[in-house]
Amino acid sequence: MSIKRNLITIKGIKDGLVFRLDERCEFDELLTGLREMLENSETFLSGPLVSIDVRFGGRDLSDEQKLQILDVLRSKRNLLVRSIEGSKTAELRENAVLRVPIATMSGMVRSGQVLQHDGNLLFLGDVNPGGSIVCTGDIYILGALRGMAHAGSEGSEHAIVGASYLAPTQLRIAEVISRPPDSAEESSAHPHETQMEFAYLKDGQMQIDKMANIARLRRDLNVFKGV
Amino acid sequence: MGEAIVVTSGKGGVGKTTTTANIGTALALLGKKVCLVDTDIGLRNLDVVMGLENRIIYDICDVADGRCRLHQALVKDKRFEELYMLPAAQTKDKNAVSPEQIRDIILELKAEFQYVLIDCPAGIEQGFKNAIAGADQAIVVTTPENAAVRDADRVIGLLESSHIGSPKLVVNRIRPNMVKAGEMLDVDEVLQVLNIDLLGIVPDDEMVIKAANTGEPTVMNPDSKASIAYRNISRRIQGDTVPLMQLDEKKGRFNLFRKLFGGGKS
Repeated sequence: MSIKRNLITIKGIKDGLVFRLDERCEFDELLTGLREMLENSETFLSGPLVSIDVRFGGRDLSDEQKLQILDVLRSKRNLLVRSIEGSKTAELRENAVLRVPIATMSGMVRSGQVLQHDGNLLFLGDVNPGGSIVCTGDIYILGALRGMAHAGSEGSEHAIVGASYLAPTQLRIAEVISRPPDSAEESSAHPHETQMEFAYLKDGQMQIDKMANIARLRRDLNVFKGV
Repeated sequence: MGEAIVVTSGKGGVGKTTTTANIGTALALLGKKVCLVDTDIGLRNLDVVMGLENRIIYDICDVADGRCRLHQALVKDKRFEELYMLPAAQTKDKNAVSPEQIRDIILELKAEFQYVLIDCPAGIEQGFKNAIAGADQAIVVTTPENAAVRDADRVIGLLESSHIGSPKLVVNRIRPNMVKAGEMLDVDEVLQVLNIDLLGIVPDDEMVIKAANTGEPTVMNPDSKASIAYRNISRRIQGDTVPLMQLDEKKGRFNLFRKLFGGGKS
């Protein structure tokens, strides 16, 4: 077997595998590489059903070429292709979310109520325990967040959740779910925290920071620098 | 035309029936013409709390199905001339009547009574829909517990999206000692979450249990703190401005001092 560059990198994620395909080599070369890899790695790719996401980077792929890749992957019975996309589509999706102007809504989300919105949302009011806000983009709450907020509900990991009073029962950004610590000590460390905060994802982990630091994370937002 | 007020809570056991019985009796005490309606079909309690169980002949299902006239089903209170009760059926379930039927009955009662108080069953299903069908206003009862506040919040949401609109809140069974020790939610915390107008607060009082068991509403006993609280609530329903009662005696005096010397915030 010839020694070649590694055209396919496999990375394990929480609920499956990500196949990253080389974006520079010839397409045929890529297909052969993929086929060989699958044949030569019976040991670790023949177990139970695994969900996989295929990422082909900056390469331009026609629909037919995508099908060819899928066909190769389907030859392994235990591989379930969940998504196939390149960096361009992902980027487009991100940008679409970022460029959407922010919508403003007001009221109160009470227990059992769900406020769903496509895009970014500025919500004036409280979200009570048992209530939830689900947005494909960012969520900013001028009020108390005591319920659940899910930003980037269609997978945007750049989405954030900000609130005047951030005390959620649960926070979700893209696929990541996080909840406040169980121990009473930790959660009541700042019982009367009046600082505005926001939550974001960093390396797949939920982080909380004060609102003033948002400019460090989100360079796409216009930054006021003073005169 | 009178007013129909539904008393609801979502959670069971927070004191809907007790509140209905006591507010109704307090309104009668103020000389109003009042009718209490029990819509908890299958699990009726209002008659027991009012001590009128043995006088029931017909019930709300009989009226709805046309087996009797409305007047035949009304039970007159033993203490007041102008206090009546329309009992629920005990042998059927919540689906035995429809919201439209209840609405017609309430409408008929409103023509005759100044206040029609509707006791709602626990839950948010058919029984709840029946109970709110004919009401113009709503009172949500909660206790200072997270579970009760959660359910109250759910019910407030449902009421706000119904024809009734924003309800008023009664916080029941407050224990001042526990609140002071930080072991119980205080009224402000409850209000912060629910964000609706406060109609009254009622302290936890053993007299209420005793009274409910003897079929004599607590408001009849002027020595009980809960009784004063219910009387205040009924005066507010009537439109009077009544300050909230101080639950803690000592704190009350202290505040009075602060007020006298101009340093108080309340």
